[in-house]
Amino acid sequence: MSDVTINTQAHEGEAGFGDYFALLKPRVMSLVVFTALVGLLVAPNSVHPMIAFSSILFIAVGGGASGALNMWWDADIDRKMKRTKTRPIPSGKVEESEALGLGITLSVFAVVMLGLASNLLAAALLAFTIFFYVVIYTMWLKRITPQNIVIGGAAGAFPPMIGWAVATGGIGVESVLMFMITFMWTPPHFWALALFTKSDYGDAKVPMLTVTHGRKSTRVHILVYTFILAAVCLATGVTSIGGPFYMTVAVVLNALFIKGAFKIWRRDDAAADADNYQEERKFFKLSLLFLFVHFGALMGEAALAPFGLGGW
Amino acid sequence: MNFPKEHEIHKRRMGRNLGVGLVLAAFIAIVFGLTIAKINNGGQVQGLDHSGTTVTEADQ
Repeated sequence: MSDVTINTQAHEGEAGFGDYFALLKPRVMSLVVFTALVGLLVAPNSVHPMIAFSSILFIAVGGGASGALNMWWDADIDRKMKRTKTRPIPSGKVEESEALGLGITLSVFAVVMLGLASNLLAAALLAFTIFFYVVIYTMWLKRITPQNIVIGGAAGAFPPMIGWAVATGGIGVESVLMFMITFMWTPPHFWALALFTKSDYGDAKVPMLTVTHGRKSTRVHILVYTFILAAVCLATGVTSIGGPFYMTVAVVLNALFIKGAFKIWRRDDAAADADNYQEERKFFKLSLLFLFVHFGALMGEAALAPFGLGGW
Repeated sequence: MNFPKEHEIHKRRMGRNLGVGLVLAAFIAIVFGLTIAKINNGGQVQGLDHSGTTVTEADQ
């Protein structure tokens, strides 16, 4: 056996570029890019296209870095759950230490570069988002409270605030409301999914509301959050980033969402089992559309503004 | 020494090296683009310069 073959065998599990990219959770990054872009575009100040592009890119890298750190910390539970078994660390393609190194390096890189490209507030918000997601959510609260979805949702809700800060250098009632939309949307979205999927969070000892408080309580939670979400969405409509177009979209979508939440609240698991969780599935599908269309409508208002049509 | 034929691992390494190379090239392009944008924006350049910032604040 030559030295070359020994070397080859020793690195059989060596990761490719795509495996490292997968550590950054590309699907989550796409939501981060979209909502951060909306936050930046609806802001009253205009931003140089190159600065806007770079800032969104660095926000996405920061989001990806927190994903890598999440996968590093959660490698033990990822190995136990079907949904996450194929991730780069549990599948043996990437070492845990590599994920940690990549996550820390990209976090520092993204925060510093965002600070240089835009302003210190945007960089500070990105740093806080990474800290919140990795330390507060992943390391501390995810495994001890059934409200983990609510806390994790907060981390995912920051990007439009960061986008707004890139453009304005500040925080406004509009950016806080955009944060609240994603924050309030995440729990009903995820709990609806939890109702109709057989999750193996129990094996991984991650407390989920459906298990700790029961499925009836989860249905109540979905309804309550949907009402708060509707209030937040309508409140956004009367701010400077809202307008008749957004308001129409928000009224229709929230009416449909509340109707769906009512149907989920009214029935029990026996009824849901009978039709294979049809209402829960419909509600979940609508929730995917809900967030995308709301932020899209906000962008629509901004796009209509140059023609004298956007806003109130 | 007897080299075996190219292993799948070598392709993977090649892909990884190429990927890192492209990312670095893209980073250089972004920093260059950002520099041009900042210079065109004028005042923003001083934001990166501590002495410039102090002067600007003092002027205000």
